[in-house]
Amino acid sequence: MNDIQIQQHAPNPKKEHTRKRNNSVIHPFRIIVEKEVADLVGSWRFKILIGIIILTCAGSLYTALTNIGSAVKANDPEGAFFFLKLFTISDGTLPPFIVFISFLGPLLGISLGFDAINSEQNKGTLSRIMSQPIHRDYLLNAKFAAALIVISVMFFSLGFLVMGIGLLAIGIPPSPEEFLRIISFILLGIFYVAFWLNLSILFSVRFSQAATSALAGISVWLFFSVFYTMIVNLVDKATMPSQMAPAASVIGHQKFVLNLLRVSPSQLFSEATTTLLVPSVRSLGPLTIQQVHGTIPSPLPLGQSILLVWPQLTGLIAATVLCFALSYVFFMKKEIRSR
Amino acid sequence: MNPIIIELLDLTKKYGDYTAVNSLNLTIRKGEVFGLLGPNGAGKSTTILMMLGLTEPTSGSVKVCNIDSTTNPIEVKRRVGYLPEDVGFYDDLTGIGNLVFTARLNRIPEKEAKQKAEELMVKVGLSDDLKKKTGKFSRGMRQRLGLADVLIKNPEVIILDEPTSGIDPKGVREFLDLIVRLSREEGITVLFSSHNLHQVQQVCDRVGLFVKGKLIAEGNVRSLSQKLFSDELFVIEAGISPIWGESGSAVTESDPVVLQRTLENVDGVKTVAVKNNCYHIGCTRDVTPEIAKVIVGSGAGLNYLHRKEYGLDDIYNRYFEGGENL
Repeated sequence: MNDIQIQQHAPNPKKEHTRKRNNSVIHPFRIIVEKEVADLVGSWRFKILIGIIILTCAGSLYTALTNIGSAVKANDPEGAFFFLKLFTISDGTLPPFIVFISFLGPLLGISLGFDAINSEQNKGTLSRIMSQPIHRDYLLNAKFAAALIVISVMFFSLGFLVMGIGLLAIGIPPSPEEFLRIISFILLGIFYVAFWLNLSILFSVRFSQAATSALAGISVWLFFSVFYTMIVNLVDKATMPSQMAPAASVIGHQKFVLNLLRVSPSQLFSEATTTLLVPSVRSLGPLTIQQVHGTIPSPLPLGQSILLVWPQLTGLIAATVLCFALSYVFFMKKEIRSR
Repeated sequence: MNPIIIELLDLTKKYGDYTAVNSLNLTIRKGEVFGLLGPNGAGKSTTILMMLGLTEPTSGSVKVCNIDSTTNPIEVKRRVGYLPEDVGFYDDLTGIGNLVFTARLNRIPEKEAKQKAEELMVKVGLSDDLKKKTGKFSRGMRQRLGLADVLIKNPEVIILDEPTSGIDPKGVREFLDLIVRLSREEGITVLFSSHNLHQVQQVCDRVGLFVKGKLIAEGNVRSLSQKLFSDELFVIEAGISPIWGESGSAVTESDPVVLQRTLENVDGVKTVAVKNNCYHIGCTRDVTPEIAKVIVGSGAGLNYLHRKEYGLDDIYNRYFEGGENL
């Protein structure tokens, strides 16, 4: 009797185990991320932004395609990197693809993050979510992760679209190195947007009104893209050494001005992208005649290009992490009250 | 006696120099409906936030279901449902969608969550609005949905922070009835914070009076009034028509005074105050029949006799009049 019972019961635990696995409960963090992604993709601002970006990309791709014939010259050291020109050339009527990305990327980041926390607070959902059995940082991390997922998917599909259309139009496939360069360019773009995203999330934690944090984000963006270069130019003129000064001090001055410019994340991004997409760029600072003397005008291999922009990349990631850390600290210390 | 479910020990919260909650001690037992009563800014919400571990106490300890809320808020939040004041929902989701989201955050599988959400929507009286987006919900509907949202995680305790503000009287009654019924049926402990006396009186087994961060009294309404008005538990109001004697002769100056004296001499009467032919008689026990006899015996016309028991209103007023000097 007992034996029969045992035999009957024996397979059950296994069955239950599989059932449990099939019916397994999804981790709350994933649930929040799923919801945030759905919210972002379904929102109007995302549709508007993606519309703007697709239009500008189509425009710059069109100018690039119409001018690509004249862009290839004999003895061009970059002749082997014909495909990359799709992203960088223009006839002056419309800026090239990379300029558009460096200009619209911040807008994308800011608009995806500026109301991350304060809108939850104003809707009265923040205290409701926080009273559920989840860790407090889940919400902030999920907001960041969701926006990053959306941006990554968008950038990759955009980059591949441009590649695909270019492939159809010019009929020359990209070399493996070109492909890797484009992938690293897309990754760099994602890092760049992630920085602006984190900055705007930081503002959304600090400012209780969504409009204030959007304005703060946009003003930082405008400051760096318009006013900062003006200020640096002023500093440049004021501190310029005389024409009689020795070469070392002139170079020192140039390096100083360049480093000032590099405080701006958009400068870091544009230096990094040009190096990645224009393989003949071999230095981002001033070079003396002695240094250039005897060099063969050939493109750099991908590894060397990446090595060249490593400081820029590190700087961008550091700024991103700093913003995230600040918003994390502020959010964890925040007292969650109902609206 | 039921086990203790919420235990606050010497709980203090300071914001800079301002003390929001001042060494609060409170125990609430399983199955109770406890009313936290106090004016705005008394520290009710801060206390609730500390119970949920949403803000840290400056000193003292909070235990909910025997778990420390400050060090282990996740476990507390698993057992406690909290309905914040003026609760908000994701406007572009339906009521069910919002409930399912909450349920899944509580690790309830999606299928089960959906079924449960529908049951709860019916239970809180939103069965007609299953497919409606919460953006179109009225205030009262949102509050009901909030209650469903609290219940979907099968809480042992529910904490309601001013749940009835902004709902019309009929909605309030239905809402309160719902809370009481749920508490009785499922043995859920309820902590109900409010500044509205009548609602608290209507539903709560026990009341705590909260002024300026201090719990100054607790107990049921009756024991509270006993504590406060120990010398005059009853007030009898007598309306007298100013006609004295059977002949209807003019009122003499002395008559009301005489009546007042006579009333004061009745056994059990402590004070008598006269105002516009209305006598306020404070007594230690119910002596209404004797008073009626005395008044009629004096020859005055008795218009009405009203026995007044102290309600929460009077308790509240008395405390908050004193509250300024605390």
